[in-house]
Amino acid sequence: MNIAQEKHAGYLDMELLRFTTAGSVDDGKSTLIGRLLYDSKAIFEDQLEALEKASINRGEDQINLSLLTDGLRAEREQGITIDVAYRYFATPKRKFIIADTPGHIQYTRNMVTGASTANAALILIDARNGVVEQTIRHCYIASLLQIPHVIVCVNKMDLVDFSEDVFERIQHDFNRFSDKLHIRDVYFIPISALKGDNVVDRSQNMPWYQGPTLMYSLEHLHISNDEDFSDPRFPVQYVVRPNTDEYHDYRGYAGRVAGGVFRKGETVLVLPSGFTSAIKSIDFMEESLELAFPPQSVTITLEDDIDISRGDMIVKSDNLPEVGQDITVMICWLNEKPMRPGAKYWIRHTTKEARCIVKDVNYKIDINSLEKNFEDKQIGLNEIAEVTLRTTQPLFYDSYRKNRITGSLVLIDEGTNETICAGMIV
Amino acid sequence: MNNHNINHLKELEAESVFVIREVAAQFDKPVMLFSGGKDSIVMYHLARKAFWPMKVPFPLLHIDTGHNFQETLDFRDHLMDKTGGRCIVRLVQDSIDQGKVTEETGYNASRNVLQTVTLLDAIAEFKFDAAMGGGRRDEEKARAKERFFSHRDEFGQWDPKNQRPELWNLFNGKKRMGEHFRVFPLSNWTEMDVWQYIYMDNVEIPSLYYTHKREVFNRDGVWLAYAPFMKLKPNEKVETIDVRCRTIGDITCTGLTLSKADTLGDIILEVAATRVTERGGRYDDKRSESAMEDRKKEGYF
Repeated sequence: MNIAQEKHAGYLDMELLRFTTAGSVDDGKSTLIGRLLYDSKAIFEDQLEALEKASINRGEDQINLSLLTDGLRAEREQGITIDVAYRYFATPKRKFIIADTPGHIQYTRNMVTGASTANAALILIDARNGVVEQTIRHCYIASLLQIPHVIVCVNKMDLVDFSEDVFERIQHDFNRFSDKLHIRDVYFIPISALKGDNVVDRSQNMPWYQGPTLMYSLEHLHISNDEDFSDPRFPVQYVVRPNTDEYHDYRGYAGRVAGGVFRKGETVLVLPSGFTSAIKSIDFMEESLELAFPPQSVTITLEDDIDISRGDMIVKSDNLPEVGQDITVMICWLNEKPMRPGAKYWIRHTTKEARCIVKDVNYKIDINSLEKNFEDKQIGLNEIAEVTLRTTQPLFYDSYRKNRITGSLVLIDEGTNETICAGMIV
Repeated sequence: MNNHNINHLKELEAESVFVIREVAAQFDKPVMLFSGGKDSIVMYHLARKAFWPMKVPFPLLHIDTGHNFQETLDFRDHLMDKTGGRCIVRLVQDSIDQGKVTEETGYNASRNVLQTVTLLDAIAEFKFDAAMGGGRRDEEKARAKERFFSHRDEFGQWDPKNQRPELWNLFNGKKRMGEHFRVFPLSNWTEMDVWQYIYMDNVEIPSLYYTHKREVFNRDGVWLAYAPFMKLKPNEKVETIDVRCRTIGDITCTGLTLSKADTLGDIILEVAATRVTERGGRYDDKRSESAMEDRKKEGYF
């Protein structure tokens, strides 16, 4: 393969962008995703054929792109999306992973799930309806989960005569409430997913809009600083001990860098023991690396023999995480079984597992008005609250705002083993 | 600004390695399912990277339908020799002989569905509590909602409506006695990613993926390899032409691609230009709109 071919075939140097989509019922989310997939040639002929067949079976005249995103039989039968579905497409610049989440209030937990790993959120607004309650909720979740970039797609512009006034009013309404939230980077794009305006191709109908198309934005969002490169955090995931003649004394700490940059030769500190040592090598198979940074998975060896096990954390002495057992957390409850005050749960944080009790419910958030409720302490499915946890062992953590990996945790029910709660450390 | 960027393949690699290590850490007796196809080869390659210089701390398991291409079996044995891996083989023929399953008959008879029984028996026999598979979410719509860590009840069944939420990189492998997990480290890879990675990392793959001359026949527009146990319809005739495999499964259901691609570069160009999905050539998926979902619920790969 020559270089030109390699460029054509391989796109070997693409970046990976994960984004989530949120919208209300009928605001054209499935159509938009269908268009992105279709225009980037991610829908194949046999899928299209199957789609045609399924649409006809349902008695519909035209191809229903939403059937492409409804994966499970129950969803197709009921015509709704229940669960997070992951979609993939690529352009010459980037590979994209879409976490497509249903927009209805019952599915807040799915939206939170999809948002947890996203670099960007696409929030859809129907131009005819403007900012509605659901928009506020979607936006709040994007800010709660600290999605670095938000793209607000004002859809169905064709149904409001491509009016600049409508677009500006929505933008104004959106900014008025989003100012209260912590959203770092917002873009507004007027589109018509059905007709394709400003999705991949620039719209001829909105000469007043000078900004980029949606696809251009997705390809050019500045994501290289989305990871935390300042705070060195290496949660130990697995201890590598070969016990072979060749590697008799090899003792490596396998893990994925959660923050900062680790360099060969540097002095590091190990939590919870507090011992210090120097990095002897950073290995990945036969590669010996000079440095490691997020989101790389590597194996670190140290100059000194220190007792380190899974759940410990390698850090640097001039930049320590918080260490503690009383932790204030914003939570989203994910299970039908409500939270029981004083109950014990398993807690999973980085590679560490412990147990905890919920000591206090500090307040609950009304997800539509964003008001705090200090009276109601009952936390049920899809509800968001600030709580205080007491853990059986100290955790090494940062605020979620600082680091999405060392700042996140889940709770697991001891009886059913289900993941019942997502937590973001305040 | 910083210079700390890695390309999409290195990021997918880092994610999969994390998942594989998490399995080794959270489970007592994990196993990695191996089919001899490119996805399981890449998955095993990643497992070797995850634990180097240690040997992969779990065995591989191959469910041999008896309808494999000989090249697949030879490659499996060669790869284990080369890497010092341990691969347990269990035969669908044994399940048939023991009367646990009944062989399908007719022109489209396949042992594809039968392997589920052999697989679940092997999981019970060795008390495996996690089985890693090379399934990818882009393969098929029922897989698009699959988790990395997918819980199975004591009958090996998947309940798609009651899946555990999976957030950040916090994987929950907790289970009761007798239950197990299926784990899919390659969830976020696409067919193209797998080929690009094989190219980037120089991963050895079976010769079946490259063009070769083979005895084939055409059934309903799909080119199938001829083998003595396959029953031909009167209008079907065997001819020898240049083909290659895009996916490798059983001889009975693996559609072959007419191709002269003899290098990885050519294969990547071919995949980039193709307009049909990988599974488009798989006879097993054509049975019904939710064929894959139904098989998965019962404990399929």
